[in-house]
Amino acid sequence: MRRYLIPGALGALALAYPLLTMASPVYQRLGALVLLGAIGASAWNLIVGHAVFFGAGAYAAIGLYTHFGLPPIAGAPLGAAVAVLIAALIGVPTLRLSGHYFSMATIAVAELVRVLVTNWEWVGAAQGISGPAVPRAVLDLSFTSAMPYYYIFLAVLAAILFLTWRIEKSRMGFYLRAIKDSERAARSLGVAAGRYKLYAYMLSAGLTAVAGSLYAIMFGFVDPESGCGILISVKMLIMAALGGAGLLFGPLVGALILVPLEEISNSLLGGRGAGLTFVVYGAIIVIIARFLPSGILALFLSRRQQQPTPAAAAKPAAAEPSHAA
Amino acid sequence: MSSILLQVIVSGLLIGAVYALFSSGLTLIWGMMNVINFAHGDFVMLAMYTAFVVWTAFGGGPAASVPIAALILATVGVLSYFLLVRHVMKGPMLAQILGTFGLALLLRYSAFWYFGANFKTLPDNILGPPFVFGDIRIDAPRLLAGTVGLLVTLALHLILTRTALGSRMLAVSEDATAAQLMGIRPERMQAVAWALAAGSTGIAGALIATFFYTSPTVGETLAIVAFVTVAFGGFGSVPGALVAGLLIGVIEGLSAYLIGPVYKDVIVYTLFVLVLWTRPQGLMGKM
Repeated sequence: MRRYLIPGALGALALAYPLLTMASPVYQRLGALVLLGAIGASAWNLIVGHAVFFGAGAYAAIGLYTHFGLPPIAGAPLGAAVAVLIAALIGVPTLRLSGHYFSMATIAVAELVRVLVTNWEWVGAAQGISGPAVPRAVLDLSFTSAMPYYYIFLAVLAAILFLTWRIEKSRMGFYLRAIKDSERAARSLGVAAGRYKLYAYMLSAGLTAVAGSLYAIMFGFVDPESGCGILISVKMLIMAALGGAGLLFGPLVGALILVPLEEISNSLLGGRGAGLTFVVYGAIIVIIARFLPSGILALFLSRRQQQPTPAAAAKPAAAEPSHAA
Repeated sequence: MSSILLQVIVSGLLIGAVYALFSSGLTLIWGMMNVINFAHGDFVMLAMYTAFVVWTAFGGGPAASVPIAALILATVGVLSYFLLVRHVMKGPMLAQILGTFGLALLLRYSAFWYFGANFKTLPDNILGPPFVFGDIRIDAPRLLAGTVGLLVTLALHLILTRTALGSRMLAVSEDATAAQLMGIRPERMQAVAWALAAGSTGIAGALIATFFYTSPTVGETLAIVAFVTVAFGGFGSVPGALVAGLLIGVIEGLSAYLIGPVYKDVIVYTLFVLVLWTRPQGLMGKM
């Protein structure tokens, strides 16, 4: 019974959070943004070019509204489908590239898409496109209060975490961990490494597109920079890595730390804050990479599981560097 | 061949030589220790601001700013190696990517915070009037940048292949433990590699500043050019970076002239993706 106590309490806290904020719009918005960040970072999988998929979701949501008058939420499945398709197109030829080459290829594709979107009139080119200014029906999911978003995002995050957890426990999860430890060894035991990497990549792409759609629905606007910019990929990567990449709750922990940090420094530092925010961001990332290469959560886990030291735990990964990214 | 086409090709080769120079640093680090420096573009940006500060503070042209930028950037490179890269190299690959990405953000937004978002430019006539050869006109800064870029890239190649220092660095990149047994200190050689890589990037940046706008995010654009050049040429190969740099310069120029300036990036990225798919080791790389 005790093992359900802490997760249960945290879950109840998450559900009650908007009520505890004394209806303060600032904190409700913050909560929604943290969850949105956690959704994106949980979907993040192994690379730095994820903005393509985020953009697919964001543009599908707003695009369906602008061109066909449909509620933006209808764009979420479409965006996810498009993202999965793009992931297959990119993944089949590039997943066999090792480590750095794969990151390079995805960055290049992401930039290519950003340049194309910037010049594509149908999706608003450089100006971007906007969602419904005034909600026509509840289905438009356009609210002034952040509270509905909070609960929508909470539900989506819970669904994504549940899905990830199921996959981790499944055959595919074991295969993926085997591939991560040593792709060659996994192959020699008959694991179709390429196929499972592709599945993971496509799944990650679809979920990232959902994050993109949710972002577009909340902000009601998307342009090339907010939809496909490199900073989108970087933020997802940083949240995941900060909390602990590859751990179920790692991305959530990362979002819980970084999103408030970003919002606070933005509001405290005013107009020039955007610059300083990212200076702080950069400094934190450098420090984490330097001192906690496996993320914050790994620190607690390794202590509880009586593993030797984080450094020793990180060793196998260092011996096989080309598969980690 | 029409003179405009010739002009486009010559300009492409000149800018390509500069691409080759700042890509050489990236490829050197990548080839030597299998680390990608995601802050590489921001090293170029730092050198560009150095040139700008040298000009505004005491009116110094490229003759002053190029050596100053080379020194400053070599120092930045060595510091990054000792304070950050040396440590993250021991961790998982994600830590390497994170570490240099964090450094990139730190540099980029420090520049944003200190210099502001506005574009800075050096005066057009900093090196006098354009040169005219028959039908083609070439701006003096571009001619200087292209020539110096070519020469420094070649010098870097000669250092790596024809000197004892280069041999020691090669030994460390092939087998650090064996090199250590032969009395070579791997960390010292890797620090030298960072000094050379960042220093040559500094030269490139100071030269680019003479004809290109300087802004905090300029490194982002240039980094992608460098990644494309390096992957195109083959990782670890300075001659590969040179050939790829010249090729990309010309392709960019031609596609801007024949199809439209907006599409030059599209053509280059598409080409890059095609090269990665068909020949992932690049033109001159070894897998």
